[in-house]
Amino acid sequence: MLSNIGVALVLLVLILSFLIIYYSSLELKTSSQSIRKNIYQLSLFQITFTVLSFFTLIIGFINSDFSLINVYENSHTAKPLFYKIAGTWGNHEGSLLLWVNILVIFSYLFLIFNHTHNKKFRLYTLVFQNILILGFLFFLLLNSNPFNSIYPVPVEGLGLNPILQDPALAIHPPLLYVGFVGCSIYFSAAMASLLSGYAGKLFAQSIKTWVKISWCFQTLGIIVGSIWAYYELGWGGFWFWDPVENASLLPWFAITALMHSLIVLEKRNTLYSWVIILCLSTFILSVTGTFLVRSGILNSVHTFASDPSRGIYILSFLSLMIFSALIIFFTKYKKENYNFNLKSRETFILANNWFMVFFLVTVLIGMLYPIFLDVLTNVKISVGPPFFNIVIIPLVIPLMFLMAIGPKFSWVKSQNRVFYKILFLILGAIIINLFIFYFFGKYSFLSNLIFIAAIFLILYSLLDIKKIFNKKNKFELPRIISHLSFGFLVFFIGINYQFSLEKDFNLKVGEIKETNNYEINFEEIKIKENKNYKAVIGNFKLTNLKSNLVQYLNPEIRIYSNPETLTYEAAIKTRVTSDLYLTMSNVSRSDYYNIKFQKKPFMIWIWISALMISLGGFMQLILKKNEN
Amino acid sequence: MKIKFFIFIIYFLFLAVLNSNDNKTELSVIYKNLRCLVCQGQSIADSNSDFAATIKLVVQDQVNEGKTKDEIYTFLISKYGEWIVYQPTFSKSNLILWILPYFIFIAGGLFIFFIVRKSKNNKVN
Amino acid sequence: MKISISKIIIFIFIIFSLSVFWLGLKIDNNYDTKSLIGSKISNFHITEINNDNQYISEEDLRKNKYTLINFFASWCAPCRVEHKYLLSLSNQNKKIKIIGINFKDKKINANNFLKDLGNPYNFVGKDTDGKISISFGIYGIPESILVNNELTVIKKIIGPIDQVQFEDVLKIIQ
Repeated sequence: MLSNIGVALVLLVLILSFLIIYYSSLELKTSSQSIRKNIYQLSLFQITFTVLSFFTLIIGFINSDFSLINVYENSHTAKPLFYKIAGTWGNHEGSLLLWVNILVIFSYLFLIFNHTHNKKFRLYTLVFQNILILGFLFFLLLNSNPFNSIYPVPVEGLGLNPILQDPALAIHPPLLYVGFVGCSIYFSAAMASLLSGYAGKLFAQSIKTWVKISWCFQTLGIIVGSIWAYYELGWGGFWFWDPVENASLLPWFAITALMHSLIVLEKRNTLYSWVIILCLSTFILSVTGTFLVRSGILNSVHTFASDPSRGIYILSFLSLMIFSALIIFFTKYKKENYNFNLKSRETFILANNWFMVFFLVTVLIGMLYPIFLDVLTNVKISVGPPFFNIVIIPLVIPLMFLMAIGPKFSWVKSQNRVFYKILFLILGAIIINLFIFYFFGKYSFLSNLIFIAAIFLILYSLLDIKKIFNKKNKFELPRIISHLSFGFLVFFIGINYQFSLEKDFNLKVGEIKETNNYEINFEEIKIKENKNYKAVIGNFKLTNLKSNLVQYLNPEIRIYSNPETLTYEAAIKTRVTSDLYLTMSNVSRSDYYNIKFQKKPFMIWIWISALMISLGGFMQLILKKNEN
Repeated sequence: MKIKFFIFIIYFLFLAVLNSNDNKTELSVIYKNLRCLVCQGQSIADSNSDFAATIKLVVQDQVNEGKTKDEIYTFLISKYGEWIVYQPTFSKSNLILWILPYFIFIAGGLFIFFIVRKSKNNKVN
Repeated sequence: MKISISKIIIFIFIIFSLSVFWLGLKIDNNYDTKSLIGSKISNFHITEINNDNQYISEEDLRKNKYTLINFFASWCAPCRVEHKYLLSLSNQNKKIKIIGINFKDKKINANNFLKDLGNPYNFVGKDTDGKISISFGIYGIPESILVNNELTVIKKIIGPIDQVQFEDVLKIIQ
């Protein structure tokens, strides 16, 4: 039943998309200033049916309707309700339906919120967005249909991967998709802009809000993914430069660059071609990332189960997108005259773009090089965290200096008074850094520079905030908060990296290990039977030998039955100054357990700083709304 | 006189900073750079597998024998291929990988430089 | 659209990259250590499982035309499945010698395993902590390596030996 309803709804959306394209194309030729009502109505039906189809799938999961293959493969009656619902988008087909939903929702919202803008431009945007929607609908219907049914209906499902049963991971895909599927709308808008000639400042104003929204959600989505990795995956880290992580980072660099360049386009009506290139590239990067991760061409610790037919389809779609974007861009491209003064804000924003493109290209090369090498020379190499860290981190240093001083330059031209303030703050940063260096522990020269740059950014931003409260001029506040938080993020990650403690050793029940002012007593093992897993819980008594503080940590080994999986749950004690992190796994055919003990300073501040970066973005959206 | 003293202090601090290293033990750096071959994208440091445990023993032995990081990587690469190390080697075939990002960075910088210079010339004209 | 060098370069680059992706979908992405084939094994000293004074090293293997080095364990289920092929190969005593290396196992269990299923090995060595397996490029059990009298690796069998690989080995040693 649900299967038929779902497929029917999706087919209706398909037909509506065709109709929208048809009527919009017709409307393009008319001379009236406003868009016919029926296009609005068609779009309203489209969004209604799309959202209904998604709800249909959700209902299938809530009811554990195993007549749907998708529900059968990814759910189980014993799953808690919240995770049954989250299971809807925690699999390939379901997430594809979510993808279509966001394409349609953004299409509709762009249509109704942009009525002050040029009619031709809006119609072209609608056409291109619906072409994208059609592309994904065909993929869904022909290859990855969440509403495929199975008969006879199985009694029980195959279950959801237990690692995915976590609140952070449940909200991570929707957040991320608003980011990197949301950027589809300005891809379509860019194509529309080229074809309709609606360019410059007005174009910037039409896509501004959408760029900011996708940036905020993309940032938030990435952060939530890292938080999940830290709390769930049990290795104590939060970023591994894994292909799936990198795939979400590629669009992020592009959106950040775009967000900054839009400021220039709006204020000074220049950089139009570059903005178009960024708009087109962002969604292309999203689809490229999706291709790399879902086709099976790369392997990663958290890919969806892969299937070559998906890869072929996505690759074909990607190729069409890239070629049409290239052809339209080259056909319509007009040379621009630039008018940049060296000491102006525009130049600093260009510098931001310069760095963002560098980071983007580095991550892209790191991801693609092993594939190219394997295909062309049959040699398999790994490109992992050391590569990305070595290439990217040193350049974060000049980036942070530019982030601090760039916004202080005025448009067109600036004066020299800033210079002495900069010098004074650099000195301050150096002193604070040396203080940390001598009193808390030494670290490499490069790390010194990182701390100095981060502290400089922090100090400069704090001074800016003080100025704002003096002058009561609030509109700079969101930007300062994001930049300040970025400084804090780098600072806390630096401290965490330099001063964290990691010990790896084997213990038997009853044994005690003393290391680095901690006494770890492996007191006992308890077995606990839960609803859908058996837990082997270790009871560890941790004594801080300096402060005599005693804490108990209980890491677990979980044995799930549906599907049969083994997971290791870390015991984490989060405190203001540091986290204590303990994992336990058993050594095969032995009484020993392998224990990994970590002390991670300022972990919670890393999350807070990262979330504040995103908060700055949200603040900007809300403040601008209030202004209007 | 005061300036000379000041410069001397800075120079001394600078030297001390220049010669120090990050606080990571040799072993943990090596473990983090080795891939667990039987896992789906985890390093030897993070993996709980049997294979990871064995590799850790071998690495510990070699470190105790006084072998350097690079010697240990070379040994493991000879047995398992370059796939086992996360940091790509600085070999000829990997030259493009290491150089291309910086090449693009410099190219981007030059591009911006010329744009700014051109607009200065435009202004003058 | 004006045709210029930069546009042509961009198009060629895109076509090239998409073609590589396309090819990438077709090739087998799984890692294996087949790259070891052609390299030499060296520097090993394997103690006999029941007698600490007995051992084999490089010189012993040079005496054989072909040697099959098989890593096994009593706790490994696929090892039981491949055992019959090892027994069959042990009948070709003149052409090939078989060395068994007992991996991360207990002496008693290994001996019982061989008593129950038969002993195809000319020599049974022990690798209690697993370190020896690393110097042979092993990463799972069972795994087998076929070397010639110059100690060059001719064939690597990852996982249990099956009918196809068994016939391959027979062909090689004729």
